[in-house]
Amino acid sequence: MLIRTGRDGFHHPVAGDITPQAVYQRRRELLKLMAGGAAGAALAGWAAREALASAPRPNKLAPLPGQPSTVPGAATMEKLTSYEDATSYNNFYEFGTDKSDPAQNAHTLRTAPWTVEVDGLVKKPAKYALDDLLKLAPQEERIYRLRCVEGWSMVIPWVGYSLSKLVERVEPLGSAKFVEFHTLADRATMPGIRSSVLDWPYVEGLRMDEAMHPLALLSFGMYGEVLPKQNGAPVRMVVPWKYGFKSAKSLVRIRFTEQAPKTAWNKAAANEYGFYSNVNPDVAHPRWSQATERRIGEGGLFAKRRKTLLFNGYEAQVGQLYAGMDLKKNY
Amino acid sequence: MAAAPRARRSPWLHPAAKPLLFAAALLPFAWLFYAAATDQLGANPQEHLIRSLGDWTLRLLCLTLAVTPLRVLAGQPALARFRRMLGLLTFFYASLHLVAYAGFDMGLDFAEIAADIAKRPFILVGFSAFLLMAPLATTSFNRAIRALGAARWQALHRAVYLVAGLAILHFFWMRAGKNDFAEVFVYAAILGGLLGWRLWRRLRAPQLQPG
Repeated sequence: MLIRTGRDGFHHPVAGDITPQAVYQRRRELLKLMAGGAAGAALAGWAAREALASAPRPNKLAPLPGQPSTVPGAATMEKLTSYEDATSYNNFYEFGTDKSDPAQNAHTLRTAPWTVEVDGLVKKPAKYALDDLLKLAPQEERIYRLRCVEGWSMVIPWVGYSLSKLVERVEPLGSAKFVEFHTLADRATMPGIRSSVLDWPYVEGLRMDEAMHPLALLSFGMYGEVLPKQNGAPVRMVVPWKYGFKSAKSLVRIRFTEQAPKTAWNKAAANEYGFYSNVNPDVAHPRWSQATERRIGEGGLFAKRRKTLLFNGYEAQVGQLYAGMDLKKNY
Repeated sequence: MAAAPRARRSPWLHPAAKPLLFAAALLPFAWLFYAAATDQLGANPQEHLIRSLGDWTLRLLCLTLAVTPLRVLAGQPALARFRRMLGLLTFFYASLHLVAYAGFDMGLDFAEIAADIAKRPFILVGFSAFLLMAPLATTSFNRAIRALGAARWQALHRAVYLVAGLAILHFFWMRAGKNDFAEVFVYAAILGGLLGWRLWRRLRAPQLQPG
């Protein structure tokens, strides 16, 4: 029978069914190797240029290019969200609770000089100047889906490197079980700090194995440039399989602890925002479903919502971190 | 003797006032329609449309409920002419608000919409406010008033106070996620003031017809 079903490989109802980018890239690498010699070298340059060309270069900020990442899952092939949307529709409560507030108010943020203190249960605590952090590992471009707990999503080309590179540098003690991220809370430059929406400074956290996962990105840029202030300049976390609020912005301190960090949103509403906050279409937010999402900039007013994917589509990469856990309890 | 003609020429009573107010109240709709057609609704057009239409519903509800206090306090009985028109415009914006939610955001997926109404108290409350407004809008015609009888018609139309309360609760719950209630309090204060004025007037002079 020639009746097509969803299982015969011709239909791709979800993006996750499509050949993963890493596999696709490995095939391309193989082809390039086979092409060999000068042709191969030319192709490699062409492939790198293609990755950057796919990101619009508004050239408003200092360029920060990254080599296409080879981390599995690090480059979704989905259409990029426009730079304009990604930098004008933001949640960064330190600058106001309205989506347009950060773009309007974040210009007051002073990003130089900037230091990030890395301390707690580590052998080599240190205060890193931003320049030293930038040079700590090669910058990679990674195209991640970002899913906000409010039910919208974007596709953003970030620039940075795996957080694990920094973690390895400070040599955590065996007793370190969690990593805590502290965001800047400067009353003078951040008007949102005056509101009592959250307990400042904004604190987020990861379990040690989550922090060591290669997809957990310490990011310094997006769209081939340094991070805009409203997107968490000069350095932020990006954890693509968790809701957006897990990715703390404008980091000033990274601390290693034995106890699970008391995170800002968990303190504000524990029944709504758990410690894990993994993207999960089957676990509804207490006030709304998480089954679908609105992809920002996709098709205008008549665009349909998309089905949300478990772990935001990164199940193949991070699923094993949560093996045996009850995700309804550990939301 | 010059007082009488001046009073007749008072801007409150100008014959163009009503069509002008009608046109002005439709300007936000015209702008949103134009912005939607030319893709100027920002990064999340569905959300922008729903929120703008909700804001305008609340604003027109405030205006509608302000007619009677203004009429009495300013001593301008002619203002009563605006009340039904403003009430119907409020219903017009509330309907568009609902259409934007059900059509553009939920893609007319009625199973999803029903689940959403059941799951999210603020949507249930907003939906209830809309359902309550519908009989008021459909009985706003002269013939309906005559058919119902003035007393019953007026009793029915007092449901607008319940609509106002539900609308504020809807807005409050919507903003509860961000604990950002500044705007909610502004609308609550205006609507509370307008309803409070009526209560106060009624308690002070129970023999007067409530407005």
